Amino acid sequence: MTSIAKLKIWRGDSADAGRWEHYEVPFEPGQSVLDALRWIRTTRDPSLAIRFSCINANACKECMIELDGTTVYACTARLAAREMTLTPLSNKRLVRDLVTEIGPPAERFVP
Amino acid sequence: MSAGPTHVETDVLIIGSGGAGMYAAIEAARAGCSVLLADRSLIGRGGATVMAQMTVAVALGSETPDHWNFHYNDTLQAGRGLCDERLAQLLCEEGPACIREMEEWGIGWARKDGRITQAFAPGHDRPRCVYVDFLNTGPAVSKTLRGAVTRRKGIRKAGDLVIVDLVRDGGEITGAVAWHISTGATVTIAAKATIVATGGLTRLYRRNSASANMGGDGYALALRAGAPLVDMEFVQFFPIGHLAPRLIGMDPIMWDPFRYKLGGRLLNSEGEEFTARYGVNEEGRYVTTRDVATYAIVKEVEAGRGSPHGGAYLSFAHCSEAALRQAFGPVIDRLAKNQIDLTKMPIEVAPIAHYHMGGVLADERMATEVPGLFVAGEAVGGANGANRLSGNAITEALVFGRCAGRSAAERVKHMHTHSFGADAARRTLDVVAVSGEGNDLNTAAMIERLQATMADDVGPLRTEAKLKRALLAIDELTRELGERPMGDNKPFDLRRLEWFDLRNMLLVARTVTMSALARGESRGAHQREDLPVMLPQWRLNQVARLDSSGLALTPIPVVTQAAAQ
Repeated sequence: MTSIAKLKIWRGDSADAGRWEHYEVPFEPGQSVLDALRWIRTTRDPSLAIRFSCINANACKECMIELDGTTVYACTARLAAREMTLTPLSNKRLVRDLVTEIGPPAERFVP
Repeated sequence: MSAGPTHVETDVLIIGSGGAGMYAAIEAARAGCSVLLADRSLIGRGGATVMAQMTVAVALGSETPDHWNFHYNDTLQAGRGLCDERLAQLLCEEGPACIREMEEWGIGWARKDGRITQAFAPGHDRPRCVYVDFLNTGPAVSKTLRGAVTRRKGIRKAGDLVIVDLVRDGGEITGAVAWHISTGATVTIAAKATIVATGGLTRLYRRNSASANMGGDGYALALRAGAPLVDMEFVQFFPIGHLAPRLIGMDPIMWDPFRYKLGGRLLNSEGEEFTARYGVNEEGRYVTTRDVATYAIVKEVEAGRGSPHGGAYLSFAHCSEAALRQAFGPVIDRLAKNQIDLTKMPIEVAPIAHYHMGGVLADERMATEVPGLFVAGEAVGGANGANRLSGNAITEALVFGRCAGRSAAERVKHMHTHSFGADAARRTLDVVAVSGEGNDLNTAAMIERLQATMADDVGPLRTEAKLKRALLAIDELTRELGERPMGDNKPFDLRRLEWFDLRNMLLVARTVTMSALARGESRGAHQREDLPVMLPQWRLNQVARLDSSGLALTPIPVVTQAAAQ
């Protein structure tokens, strides 16, 4: 059984100059928000920026974003057949789209 | 963007911050070197180490008497005659010291009655595998090493830094050219010694058990710098990767620990334990090695006896809820959130790309053929031959990391100055400087196409026709990719990152496929349906080199030594 999630995603590379983009994503119950973001990149817009490494295991902890204003891991938040609003972490410096600077300061490279 | 590249200098550059890279960093810093620990993701969180749920094979003898010789014999046996015996010895002999050092650093290996617990795993002659409960070995290894890295002076950590090419000058590696993902800046790095610790290549396959950043970068970096690779046809498929129902927040290799502790039954659609048909009678125990189990599952599916999603069933229905909870504690609740109750239902499993036996050719100091270039962990080829023994991956990450750090420091001691010259870096700098505007490739979709080709045609069961078809698909993708990186090069430009990734992945995929096509037999993880027999004359390793005329394969004799005493 395929359902549709309506994702409203914040895009932009400067915190005060963003835009909303809307995507309809078909999904099977049980799938994650990260599954949807990866699907959007492959089939709709590869320029969408997200940060993830381990895909499914919730081991790398890199895919933190806000879903309807609450901080979640995109890999463990489940898709639902409704509008879901995805935004970058509001308490971290924006890098681009859903990506924020989450590395500890001592682990960042500053060119 | 700034006018020119940012330039940094270090004694030792380490590429990759999984278990091997972090251990190498600690060891090099301990010898007094300055270290730049670079990772394309966050430090110590990407890669394969953090994903390992259990176990670590090591001849500690904490519960049952053991000696590294026994572990060594099992490793060679699993490797089907192709292990580089010097590397296998290093892995087995130095394993216990690394495991004890990790204990000193506070990892907390599981214990019973005060002794470190050692579980039995397929292919071992006795219980030999240490772990951290519950399903927490990899995260605990990563966390412990991150702590040890942080406590040591002299290690500069550099996250989000992708190495584009090593720089070779006067026959030696003098550093690297990198691209900083989160700013788009170009970076040049002068290093007296460089260690490739980038892990394996599982991202080349559609279903895999490791991080998205394991695309074989290190193999491509080494090849382009003139260092040969070995055993590239041997990709290990983990036989019982999770297939269905959809499970989130858990790694697909999670069922292995369940089998270590509780046995479990592998069943086909007729409810039959089928491994006996392929030579191993399990009867609820877990004894089938990975190459045989993978072959058996794929063959059952082909014969029409697969599970609904195209795998096999794994059942723990014989275990009580209490037994499951005792063995796996909170993991049982995580399964319940995914609507999985193991007392009532089997789950579906299928082979999944898990590990690469092949890698960069190195000696027992972890030195490659190119001076200045060392290698560590899964990126090293040869230690595990044609099939890796369960539990050897974390052991080799730690042991080879420590050894590479030591050898790199030894080289640095004899070098007074850097010999990095920008001229030798020019070719790479020219590629990185290209703006990709107007270039409209869907890089994410191209990666999926490559993954489909590798899974369908260069998977566990191969034929000449499938491998040739794969080479054509790789040719086509390589043409599409072209010579100009794409994207806008603003911060976190994933298309540009994927362009550089594809540049590496396509070269590595070609090496795997060509090696598989050339090996005229079946052995371990390399199974040719058109050449199903293991042949004594193929007891040799294939070495791949890249030069101006392209990739070339050469057979070399297996490195053996008098049986260890």
